Amino acid sequence: MEIRIEHLNYIYGLGTSYEKKALDDISLTIRSGEFIGIIGHTGSGKSTLIQHLNGLNRASSGQIFVDGKNIYEDGYPMRQLRFRVGLVFQYPEYQIFETTVLKDICFGPKNQGLSAEEAEGRARAAMRMVGLDEHYEGKSPFELSGGQKRRVAIAGILAMNPEVLVLDEPTAGLDPKGRDDILGVLKQLHRESGITVVLVSHSMEDVADYASRIIVLDKGKVLYDDIPAKVFSHVEELESIGLAAPQVTYVMRALRGKGWDVSQDVTTQAEAADEILEVLRKAGVKC
Amino acid sequence: MLKDMTIGQYYPGNSLIHRLDPRVKLLGTLVFIISLFTFSSISAYALATVAVLTVVAVSRVPLRYILKGLKPIFILMLITILFNLFMTPGTAVLQIWKLKMTEEGIRFAIHMAVRLTYLIIGSSILTFTTTPNSLTDGLESGLGWMNRLHVPVHEIAMMMSIALRFIPILMDETDKIMRAQEARGADFQSGGVFHRVKAMVPLLVPLFVSAFRRANDLALAMEARGYHGGAGRTKMKPLVYHRKDWIAFLVMAGYVAAQILLRIFVKI
Ligand SMILES: Nc1ncnc2c1ncn2[C@@H]1O[C@H](COP(=O)(O)OP(=O)(O)OP(=O)(O)O)[C@@H](O)[C@H]1O
Ligand SMILES: [Mg+2]
Repeated sequence: MEIRIEHLNYIYGLGTSYEKKALDDISLTIRSGEFIGIIGHTGSGKSTLIQHLNGLNRASSGQIFVDGKNIYEDGYPMRQLRFRVGLVFQYPEYQIFETTVLKDICFGPKNQGLSAEEAEGRARAAMRMVGLDEHYEGKSPFELSGGQKRRVAIAGILAMNPEVLVLDEPTAGLDPKGRDDILGVLKQLHRESGITVVLVSHSMEDVADYASRIIVLDKGKVLYDDIPAKVFSHVEELESIGLAAPQVTYVMRALRGKGWDVSQDVTTQAEAADEILEVLRKAGVKC
Repeated sequence: MLKDMTIGQYYPGNSLIHRLDPRVKLLGTLVFIISLFTFSSISAYALATVAVLTVVAVSRVPLRYILKGLKPIFILMLITILFNLFMTPGTAVLQIWKLKMTEEGIRFAIHMAVRLTYLIIGSSILTFTTTPNSLTDGLESGLGWMNRLHVPVHEIAMMMSIALRFIPILMDETDKIMRAQEARGADFQSGGVFHRVKAMVPLLVPLFVSAFRRANDLALAMEARGYHGGAGRTKMKPLVYHRKDWIAFLVMAGYVAAQILLRIFVKI
């Protein structure tokens, strides 16, 4: 499924004394099967933007087309769109309400009109995807750890079988292992089921390792929309808006500064290691 | 939707009314409300109107904004008026089936409508121009004498200010949880009463959980900073009456005097 956003503007509190322009003339297209990272400083409009993708926010002006159909047209099946574009909110564990993990994950599929058995089947599959085994099924969600709760919440969205999975800072407040686990799950999902993933974060490290395209937001505007290597080449601009390039970018820059012939297009640690080894080998060092 | 409620909100500003001592404003509101119920003639209402409009003009809160606050209670007011119209015994003016609209009823309903409207406008000027914190400060120090009657004034004021502080937070939270559940296909709008009540569960459970979590965190944070109730607690910004506050007291006295004079000399 393809989501095309055209000249989108969004203003909070329209017509009150608290008016605030959160999105400013956004145009972009999310194509099927992409893994997109959206980054931006606090308050840049990331959360506001992604809540347009499933119709929770209605644009103040501008259009959104899903598979060529305008979602703001009368009679557009908005509720269906919610199921096709699964949106995981920031701190999704705060939306958990059921008595058991399985029941909570079943909430979405049941709203889709599935029978109890079908919903449970979906829920179990979703639990496996996020790495929760069967013995969690009957547990109360409230006695799980933060990272486990977050997995439950993500499973609750995955169980609806969305075509596009949008996550708002899924790693916020997690320890490094929890972060790697969740991002690993996303990467695996993307590779195995071909689901489109939109990952919101304000950490470059998060998106650099996983996304194939990065959209940088600043004060409600799209500043860059490109492949990671291109985006990270604007280190100074990124720093001036309160972001930073991933650490490897800085390492590679420093090496180039010292006269090493390493490429600047490297964005992940693995690539950086290969690149450095390659240069060393060329220089005749055995390794 | 929830955000449209303007009643009880603070409207940031720096007008003379904003800067008055909260105790002055509290007393002023009280005097105004009492005057509404003791002086009920056309001339008294006219004077009250002039007083309200003057205060609104000085406060620089847009009148449109204040009137918007009346909307949520419009229905309530309509019901009150209808009840008074038909339920007051007296000379009938109009009869619909078994319901009699009486002359006394009409008069009473008009009084009621005027009083309720002014009561709400009066108290919203107070909340529009006073931050919740200074409001509770004003209450605490204005009612300090009740301590001698063993009323825990400080504790009540603290609870009030915490409750007031939490209202916008819980509203935001409600909005967020509603969206999160809507993203999972929850439907809060359609269906019958039973369905709708059931649909509230996914909203209310997380809301309560989060309210308790917040309350817990806050209690811990307060204790960690050595909070132990009101005894021996001093203020960073003690309330002191300034010249403008004394003048405001004089204006209030003038208003009451004018009402009394109107009552004695103008008989409409
Ligand atoms: N409910 C709201 N009412 C009014 N203004 C809002 C509301 N939500 C967000 N805003 C404003 O809109 C702007 C964008 O907010 P948004 O939540 O989209 O930012 P964000 O990029 O997700 O930030 P963060 O990284 O902190 O989550 C901010 O300036 C914020 O103050
Ligand atoms: Mg956000």
